[in-house]
Amino acid sequence: MMVTKELVERLAALSRLRLPREEQEKMTGELEQILGYMDVLKKLDTSGAESLAESGSLKNVLREDEVIPSQDREELLRNAPASDGETFLVPKAVE
Amino acid sequence: MKELLKLTALELGAAIQTGEVSIREATQTALAAIEEREGELNCFITQTADRALERADALQAGVKEAKSLLYGVPMALKDNICTQGVKTTCASNILGDFAPPYQATAAQRLEAAGAVCLGKVNMDEFAMGSTTETSYYGPTRNPWDRQRVPGGSSGGAAAAVAGRECWYALGSDTGGSIRQPASYCGVTGIKPTYGTVSRYGLIAYASSLDQIGPLGRTAADCAAILDAIQGKDSRDSTSLDAPAGGLLASLTGDVKGMKIGLPAQCFGSGLDAQVERAVRGAAQVLKDRGAELVELDFPVMDYVIPTYYMIAAAEASSNLSRFDGVKYGWRTEGYDDLTDLYCKTRTQGFGSEVKRRILLGTFVLSSGYYDAYYKKALQAKEVIREAFRSAFQTCDLLLTPVAPTTAPRLGESLSDPLQMYLSDIYTVSVNLAGLPGLSMPCGFDGAGLPIGCQLIGPALGEAKVLGAAHAFQLDTDYHKRSPWEKEVG
Repeated sequence: MMVTKELVERLAALSRLRLPREEQEKMTGELEQILGYMDVLKKLDTSGAESLAESGSLKNVLREDEVIPSQDREELLRNAPASDGETFLVPKAVE
Repeated sequence: MKELLKLTALELGAAIQTGEVSIREATQTALAAIEEREGELNCFITQTADRALERADALQAGVKEAKSLLYGVPMALKDNICTQGVKTTCASNILGDFAPPYQATAAQRLEAAGAVCLGKVNMDEFAMGSTTETSYYGPTRNPWDRQRVPGGSSGGAAAAVAGRECWYALGSDTGGSIRQPASYCGVTGIKPTYGTVSRYGLIAYASSLDQIGPLGRTAADCAAILDAIQGKDSRDSTSLDAPAGGLLASLTGDVKGMKIGLPAQCFGSGLDAQVERAVRGAAQVLKDRGAELVELDFPVMDYVIPTYYMIAAAEASSNLSRFDGVKYGWRTEGYDDLTDLYCKTRTQGFGSEVKRRILLGTFVLSSGYYDAYYKKALQAKEVIREAFRSAFQTCDLLLTPVAPTTAPRLGESLSDPLQMYLSDIYTVSVNLAGLPGLSMPCGFDGAGLPIGCQLIGPALGEAKVLGAAHAFQLDTDYHKRSPWEKEVG
């Protein structure tokens, strides 16, 4: 697997990260090394193995839809970097 | 007072019950040890001395009605376990001031059992690392040799127990994060069967693999702690409706007829000769007590590291998207718009190992690569689970090394991430299969560093795993050595 600078840039953008050039170059080399090692998995025959996602061995856990007390709003907002006492504050996102 | 530090958690609990020791005395002893040793070890991110003393006095009033054998025993919690009103940083800058509005179920259950919490202990940032060096709050040092790492990611927990700063701690284990530091620090730690301890309030790294578990002085201590924290919790939908409790009572020391498998591929190249000798020595001790040793073929070892790192990184990239500088945690200063706020906060808030795993996870999940990497890893996980199922058709337990070597020097692992990932070879498969795995001290190398061995059981086989470990500890004293005395104590 060849990891290019462009690929790392795209992954960073998808991850909402912005790597300084030096870090980006370092990551490019490291990811190539790591993914190169991961390629060993291609040798494993998995034709008989259903993936967990497909096998359906996990069951949904359902419960009654009842109203129960939730967290206190004031307490939840106490950890927010910016709030007006009722909601989280963020820069304007929609014109 | 220092004599108290030599007791196991159960011995201290018994002394508290008889009135021989007050809970305040035990707490003060631990606080004095922390005060004396923290400058060297750096196990704690947050200490809660005042709260602990207040709590000690409140508990003392109820000591006669105590229901738990651990009532009044001081302990520490890994800093990814949420504690209401007490800072929970995950060893990250991005959660530097985060004081959770709720308590993790495991912490709440220990509290109900009468635990005194001394504080929150150090770890690799977001539990991503094998050395506790990726912590934003500086590395923890190994009590046996201050130039070496304690292991990770629950390195603060293991070093605090080994360094006699507390009697036990809760850690978390996603790919070996309880077992490997337990091994490097010479303590006993168990990752329970997936789903038996609630993950409610455990800050997620890889949800399908994460599990909370204890680190203590003995297998019996770990059994008592699991008895207190295991059990169904409706707030964690992956928690199992399985019977809980009774583990401590099940420890008889009897391993007669027990079949213990030694997977050939776990004793191959890459394993340090001194570690191999100690682990095989542990097998011999169990054999001498009546267990039967079986050599076993376990052909999937080459695939466990890639499978684990792809699945763990994929889940991490998804789980860590919640850290955006909006709802809680740290926010960058100066930004142009919402996207800029997200990017700057995350770029400055996360350390390099966390970013590396987010990028790796984003890669394996991205379109064009999903099938070849992530889906392949999920299929490989099924092959690995099948290999364990087949092994447990002929064996009761498996015995393996915990790590290929003893604790490396500080700084050695940071420069080569892939090399660090490879050191998790013996532990990650246990998480992929959701099984219980325990690490216990079984020797020392030429430099005087502890060596651990791992016992792996079938799903819900905690009683077998702890039973064999307890039997081993009845005949050995490796678990009684202390780095402060370098002899039994």
